[in-house]
Amino acid sequence: MTINGWLQIALFAVLIVLVTRPLGAWMHAVFEGKRRFLGILETGIYRLAGIDERREQHWTAYAAGMLLFSAVSIVALYLLQRFQASLPLNPMGLGNNSVDNSFNTAVSFVTNTNWQSYTPETTMSYLTQMVGLTVQNFASAAVGIALAIALARGFTRRQSGTIGNFWVDLVRGTLYVLLPLSIVAALLFVWQGVPQNFSAYVDATTLEGATQQIAQGPVASQEAIKMLGTNGGGFFNTNSAHPYENPTPLSNLVQMVLIFCLGAGLTNTFGRMVGDQRQGWAILGAMAALWLGGVALAYSAESAGNPAFAQFSVDQSAGNMEGKEVRFGIAASALFATVTTDASCGAVNAFHDSFTPLGGMVPLINMMLGEIIVGGVGAGLYGMLLFVVIAIFIAGLMVGRTPEYVGKKIEAREVKMTILAILCLPLAMLGFTAIASVIEPGLAGLANAGPHGFTEMLYAYTSGAANNGSAFAGLSANTPWYNYSIGIAMLIGRFLVILPMLAIAGSLAAKKIVPASSGTFPTHGMLFVVLLVGTILIVGGLTFFPALALGPIVEHLAMQAGTLY
Amino acid sequence: MAPKRRTSLLDPALLAPAVGGAFQKLDPRTLARNPVMFVVAVVAALATVLTVRDAVAGQSILFQAQLVVWLWLTVLFANFAEAVAEGRGKAQAATLRRTRTEAMARLVGRTEQIPATQLKPGDCVVVVAGELIPSDGDIIEGVASVDESAITGESAPVIRESGGDRSAVTGGTRVLSDRIVVRITAAQGSTFIDRMIALVEGAERQKTPNEIALNILLAGLTLIFVLATVTIPSFAAYAGGSVPVIVLVALFVTLIPTTIGALLSAIGIAGMDRLVRFNVLAMSGRAVEAAGDVDTLLLDKTGTITLGNRVAVAFIPAIGEGEVALAEAAQLASLSDETPEGRSIVVLAKERFGMRGRELGGDTLRFVPFTAQTRMSGVDIGERRIRKGAADAVYGWVRSLHSNFRVPADVEQAVSDVAKAGGTPLVVSDEARVLGVVHLKDVVKGGIRDRFAELRRMGIRTVMITGDNPLTAAAIAAESGVDDFLAEATPEAKLALIRKEQAEGKLVAMCGDGTNDAPALAQADVGVAMNTGTMAAREAGNMVDLDSDPTKLIEIVGIGKQLLMTRGSLTTFSIANDVAKYFAIIPAMFAAIYPQLNVLNVMRLGSPESAILSAIIFNALIIVALIPLALRGVRYTPKSAASLLTRNLLVYGVGGVVVPFIGIKAVDLVVRAVGLA
Repeated sequence: MTINGWLQIALFAVLIVLVTRPLGAWMHAVFEGKRRFLGILETGIYRLAGIDERREQHWTAYAAGMLLFSAVSIVALYLLQRFQASLPLNPMGLGNNSVDNSFNTAVSFVTNTNWQSYTPETTMSYLTQMVGLTVQNFASAAVGIALAIALARGFTRRQSGTIGNFWVDLVRGTLYVLLPLSIVAALLFVWQGVPQNFSAYVDATTLEGATQQIAQGPVASQEAIKMLGTNGGGFFNTNSAHPYENPTPLSNLVQMVLIFCLGAGLTNTFGRMVGDQRQGWAILGAMAALWLGGVALAYSAESAGNPAFAQFSVDQSAGNMEGKEVRFGIAASALFATVTTDASCGAVNAFHDSFTPLGGMVPLINMMLGEIIVGGVGAGLYGMLLFVVIAIFIAGLMVGRTPEYVGKKIEAREVKMTILAILCLPLAMLGFTAIASVIEPGLAGLANAGPHGFTEMLYAYTSGAANNGSAFAGLSANTPWYNYSIGIAMLIGRFLVILPMLAIAGSLAAKKIVPASSGTFPTHGMLFVVLLVGTILIVGGLTFFPALALGPIVEHLAMQAGTLY
Repeated sequence: MAPKRRTSLLDPALLAPAVGGAFQKLDPRTLARNPVMFVVAVVAALATVLTVRDAVAGQSILFQAQLVVWLWLTVLFANFAEAVAEGRGKAQAATLRRTRTEAMARLVGRTEQIPATQLKPGDCVVVVAGELIPSDGDIIEGVASVDESAITGESAPVIRESGGDRSAVTGGTRVLSDRIVVRITAAQGSTFIDRMIALVEGAERQKTPNEIALNILLAGLTLIFVLATVTIPSFAAYAGGSVPVIVLVALFVTLIPTTIGALLSAIGIAGMDRLVRFNVLAMSGRAVEAAGDVDTLLLDKTGTITLGNRVAVAFIPAIGEGEVALAEAAQLASLSDETPEGRSIVVLAKERFGMRGRELGGDTLRFVPFTAQTRMSGVDIGERRIRKGAADAVYGWVRSLHSNFRVPADVEQAVSDVAKAGGTPLVVSDEARVLGVVHLKDVVKGGIRDRFAELRRMGIRTVMITGDNPLTAAAIAAESGVDDFLAEATPEAKLALIRKEQAEGKLVAMCGDGTNDAPALAQADVGVAMNTGTMAAREAGNMVDLDSDPTKLIEIVGIGKQLLMTRGSLTTFSIANDVAKYFAIIPAMFAAIYPQLNVLNVMRLGSPESAILSAIIFNALIIVALIPLALRGVRYTPKSAASLLTRNLLVYGVGGVVVPFIGIKAVDLVVRAVGLA
């Protein structure tokens, strides 16, 4: 580890803290309906779609809207892939995508996962990328933000039957948050050298005299929302390690900031909505503690390198550079891997499969915890609030009152729904890994033996269920088994978390608000941060301890003893 | 109820039946009420079957059999905890049953007696000295002293009389003197004593809202750990090994929150029991929980904040009148006044001027008693008419004697000064002369100010309820340190105040005794009815204080909080325990497949078998070790939530992580020393 490396990490942290307040205030104003600089466009959309923007919805109607929107999106995206060969904007004449991969990809982009088991530049036409995938990059992110706002409304409303209007939240999130920021970010990327064109692929002659085909396309526009919306689906197969996607250290820093900025901002929006910004900072504080732990572990593991190389007189002083880009180096790669899995982005600028066992365990744990460390746009906040409910309920009784959070009593219904939501992640992650690790189609996809191969499977299902979409690589996932099973894991991880979460929003909104007093459980200070982090690590972490022990932990111990897989 | 006898926490007389109770509770129908322990029993049964199968197959089952025994012990310890908690209540119920009346009742106007069990609500019965009151009712005629020790444990008799707020009598209590006619109000089986028996016995025990929520959480955590353990065999198979089912069962049972699962119902029962021993009957566990959540306490001024009686502290003569003359007139007017206020005037005059009542005058004295209409009392000595009373009443009286009477400015001033100081001014007149003012003072109880400060630190707002005028109320409120007051309180105003607080999301506690308190008692989240109160009040509240001490409201809140804190602390402890258990079992479990994982064996446990056995033994023994804490409740000091949380997180959170590391290591040393594994 170097001072320079830590400075890069610190610079990133400072930038996130700096953008949190302005973005939080902005989103607060947007969702309160106070910022409507595209008012004509907005009301035009409502009129076109027949939406009464003043009519608020019960949580069930809100959920129905969200489900309907997602279902239509999945079907549309599926059909687009199945018929792309006959559609325009396909200069390379790419064929129709397979049934199982079209299903997987449709689910993947609609659930904000952006797991890609295909190679984009040889599979998806420009039309599919733009009208299908990029549109879902916006839509799935806007859905996430809308849901977080809906849950926050649950905490702020007083004896109310409604939690907002899904369609209005969706439109506002897209128009006033995602679009403007994406345009600015895309221009920044173009400045840094990211292409934005509709050209056919270019043939180049390499130094060795071989011919190489260099893919082109509208990269910058997709890159912006890929990060901002914590989607992570790359335009190219190698994602943000590709020089066209992420050409410079500056673009790399901007990409990481884009991943975290909306998630961090939403904590502040939440604080503003509940009338106490400290509540938002406390949540961000817990996120920051978990983030820092992850970065420190990943950075130190990657810096330490692989002891087995010592005998080959390979210089390991720079750390483990296998699978990393030299323009980013150890610190920026370890940081990127942590950030992309803290949030549900899943973009990668280095290959997690090539990380040291402990370095690779960090992204895995981040996702297993449910991507609540800043997290996916919206999803991170509502995921974290579910853990808040658990933490408050376990420890809240210790102050001698029925547990309450920002004035809302946490009772049987909230606990039940939270448990349902939290339960489905280990169900999908561990359940599918357990099946895959004993059946032929599951084992067939592995590139490595032993604990490393196990980690490849575990990572794939964890990434899918957590709606991250980053790949550990190494696993050949474009097979019917993996396409379908990961597709189902993604659906479980998205919608089976959202539905109970919205039910909580509905039941909280209907409650009274208990005024805070000195007898109230304090949820805005260090003590609460410590409690929350402890609960997350014990309840979230312990669930996965056996699996981690059999994967990265034992692999690390074996590596120390000189055995590699 | 055994009068004031404090049974010790783990009385041998209670422990022995509890052991039997632990086995009786193995009934699946009983176990099913507790999801966590039910699951433990199911896997213990499964492990038993597997062990028997292996034994039949001729395999060595020494290790397996030990695990099975400890699994069953885990269930039994949980049952035992519940049985111990119930034990004390059962003993009390037995005592109550013995005192329950088998008495005969004599209906009014009939000579023959009928069994009390045949009484219907609305019947009127006659009860004379020495007889048991056959059932609950209201006295409609007569006055009697009643021995209520059967329910309150207090041997001093109380006076019950028809009309007013002391008309209620309880079945099973004994009339010591006089004769009363009682109108029966309760049907057999739903009398106060029947309900008491059901309550202390726990027969009607229903899970409280927090308990239900906590049970859901525990069941959810159990499900999560089901996932964590059932997936292990295929992970192990991938790695080319296998894990015996019994080891998986051991890991599962140690991970699920057995500690809190085992003690949860014991904590609830013990909480109710603490109230019972405090001579407060909660009609539901919900009420006890609500007591912990209370945000606003409505406290009656008299008896809670001030000593029951106002005391005369000064004579303020009008200009031109002597203090001695005033004292003498005031004493004369109070001679027949049996109220404590009246007596305190006599006493003050005696103390200040050595006046004794009997030294006064030889003329015929005719006493004029206080009535609600005149709001005055006094004495006529021959033609001389002395009156004392509320200022405007006395002014009116003097004006009736002397039509052009004008109130002297200095008297007016004195009256308002006394009122502003929180006192009650009594004006004394002798014929048409206004002699001056007697200052009656409410004496604020010692230490009450600190109590209110304590409550404030806990985030509880106190509101004083008083019939006094706002000026007087404000002065007493300031002196006692209460947060707010409701002056000139009527039952309607009280009800409105409760509704207003509740609309703001607050929980309100109050106590009351009169029939006119009933609506407010019913509306309040915690309504403590005084045992001396009317039947209507006792029906409306959700707690009854057998000692009829309104100050207890403060302690009731404390008991409610302690109950919730005990639950929270043991939940935190239970979940924090899992960290150490993982470190004990995971390396042992995979020892054959990945010996490298022994690095995680940070406790350096002797062998895989001893590690697993130690974890399961610790897991069972910690239940027993925590029974006293569950029954007694965690230490409760009235502090702010933040400092309570800091302390409890340190003790039960951090302690919960650390203790099992030490405990499992210790058990492991013993297990190996004894040679169990």
